[in-house]
Parts: sequence; C-alpha cells; structure tokens
Amino acid sequence: MSDAGASFSELDARERAHALLDARSFRELLDPFERVESPHLPPQGIVPQSDDGVVVARGRIDGVEAVVLSIEGNYQGGSIGEVNGAKIAGTLELALRDAKRGRIVRPVLVLDTGGIRLQEANLGILAISDMHAAIVSLRECVPVVGIVAGRIGCFGGMGIAAGLCSTLIGTEIGRLGLNGPEVIEQEAGSAELDARDRPRIWSTIGCRRRREQGLIEVFVEDDAIAISAAMRAAFREPAKTFRSRDIDASRARIAAYALPPTGAAR
Amino acid sequence: METLEFARPAGLRAPPRRVHVGVVASGNLEVLLEPATAAQSQITVRTSADGFGERWRAVIDRFFARHDVAVRIAINDFGAAPPTVLLRLEQAIEAAFA
Repeated sequence: MSDAGASFSELDARERAHALLDARSFRELLDPFERVESPHLPPQGIVPQSDDGVVVARGRIDGVEAVVLSIEGNYQGGSIGEVNGAKIAGTLELALRDAKRGRIVRPVLVLDTGGIRLQEANLGILAISDMHAAIVSLRECVPVVGIVAGRIGCFGGMGIAAGLCSTLIGTEIGRLGLNGPEVIEQEAGSAELDARDRPRIWSTIGCRRRREQGLIEVFVEDDAIAISAAMRAAFREPAKTFRSRDIDASRARIAAYALPPTGAAR
Repeated sequence: METLEFARPAGLRAPPRRVHVGVVASGNLEVLLEPATAAQSQITVRTSADGFGERWRAVIDRFFARHDVAVRIAINDFGAAPPTVLLRLEQAIEAAFA
C-alpha cells in the first residue's frame, strides 16, 4: 500500500490501520466477511455495516507484534455499540492477557468517534467501561497509544478512553472532549455554543489547543507518515507518567477556568 | 430500511478472491463481493431508502450486462445514487479479478 504523504484524515479506518502497521504485516481479525454486525440497528431501521465500523488489525510495529483498533468515523459517526465495543474491549483484554504471560502486543487506538451509539445505549456504555478498565491495566505492561486525527474527533466515553491512553497523538483536524459541540448546541441551544463556529470550536477543543493544555502529548501534521513516526516514537520512549494520574495538573487546569465565586456580579 | 434480493444466471467467470469496498456513510455504500456458491449470481441489497426496487434492478441489470461473472454480492447502502452504486460495483469487480 502506498500511503506516502497521504492525508491520514482522508484514509478510511482500514487504510489507517495499514498505514500504521509495518509493510505487509496487516492481518484483519473479524473482517467484513465474518459479518459480525450490529443486531440492534436493523430493527430500528438503520442499515448495519459488515464490520460494525471497527477494524481490528494485527500486525507489527517496528517488528514487534501489534494490534490496531481503528474506528470508522464515517459509519454512524464512529459511534460505539455492543458489537464494535466488544471488538475493542475484547482485543484490549486479550492484549492484557498476553502481556501478563510475557507476550507484548503493542495496542493502538485510532479514535474517530462521537462516543456511545445512542441506539444501543447501555450496551455501548458497558463496552466502553470495559475498555477503560482494560486500558488502565494494559498501560502498566505496554504503552497504549491513542490517535485523534479524524474528522469526527473523539468525544463522550471514548474521550475518557483517550484520556487514559499512555500517549495521545493529535492533529490539526482532531478534536477531543466529553460533550461534542453538536451535542452541546442541541441540548443547550446555539446561544451556548454554535456548532458551526469552527474557529471557536477548534480554538477550544482542537488538538492544537489540547496539546497546549497538556491533554495530549504529541501534535503532528495530518500526514500518515508523520503520525506513524509519532506512534513508533511513543513505543520506543514510553511516557514516564500517566496524564490521567496527574491530579494536581487537572485541578490547576480547572482552577484556571473557575467562574467568579458565588455572590459576585453575574 | 428495505432488503431486496436479486438472482441472475451465473456467468462464466468466478472471481479468484473476495473483495470488500466502501463504507455505509451518507450517499455511499459497502459492497462485499465473493465467488458464487450456487448456479446463480445472488445479490442482496439492504438500503436505507425504501421504494427504489426498480432502480436497483436496473443498476444490477446494467452491471451484469457488462460483466459475465458468477458472484455473490452483498450491498449495505446508505442512500447512494445509482452512478455511485455502479462505480462501487466496478471497483469491487476490478479488484476481485486484479
């Protein structure tokens, strides 16, 4: 596959996995022909996708065994339901089992997702909480590298999953947060946040800003080779501390945004 | 959502490999193409747009008029226009015989 100089954001989920793994090492698990798709969407009148929007790709990274979990943002906003959630959580749990037996498999999450798939509600939440638990255990054995470089960004419970990764890599395209702008506008009105106000949104939750805030470690160009290089560096030189454990930094960040004390002029 | 089934007499050429192309995204579709397992070519379409059965039949007729193949095709469609469907089918058949 020739992804030389390719814009990472314009690749689909499968092409992104190809671009990250060593050449010719890509081997997909539960590929589209296994037809492991959502049983919940057709009864709700929604056409399913044959891989439920998640690619599980085994292969190698710098010669070391690896697995890339790549979410397809173009299918249902990359939303996480029961089946694709189980693909991700199950893979992370297997990687943890292998790591505990001394077999290191490098895990990479390509996050392009709005979070829970509302049509599968609680099942998606359960899967995401399984992912959180697996990432927290797995990162003690091997770096868990997250990449936020797609047009959806990474929100909701998957924003938390991103926050738990050992190293997060982001690009100009990527956005990271809990409630996405579209959801905030829908729930609180466009006076609260205009989801079409791109400069405001990217200056608030875009990955460039998130890098300045210390919420991601690496900011790179939207380029397949640059992202792959950053990912390889994250495995070679693992993060020494986990940002999700740095409570003081989180408190300081929140304090910087603090509203005036109650009773002050509103 | 509507499910449509089509069958055509199997053509001469069965592809040596199976191919997956596309995404179930707005105005787009996913095609899974495999060698036929029966004496017929079978096409299963699941589409988000109801009531376009005749349009699908025309697209599939045009595809088999161009390609004398024995295939099993599954399509998951999210409102793709007929030219997009034909392009995806062409992409799949090209990759399957490449």
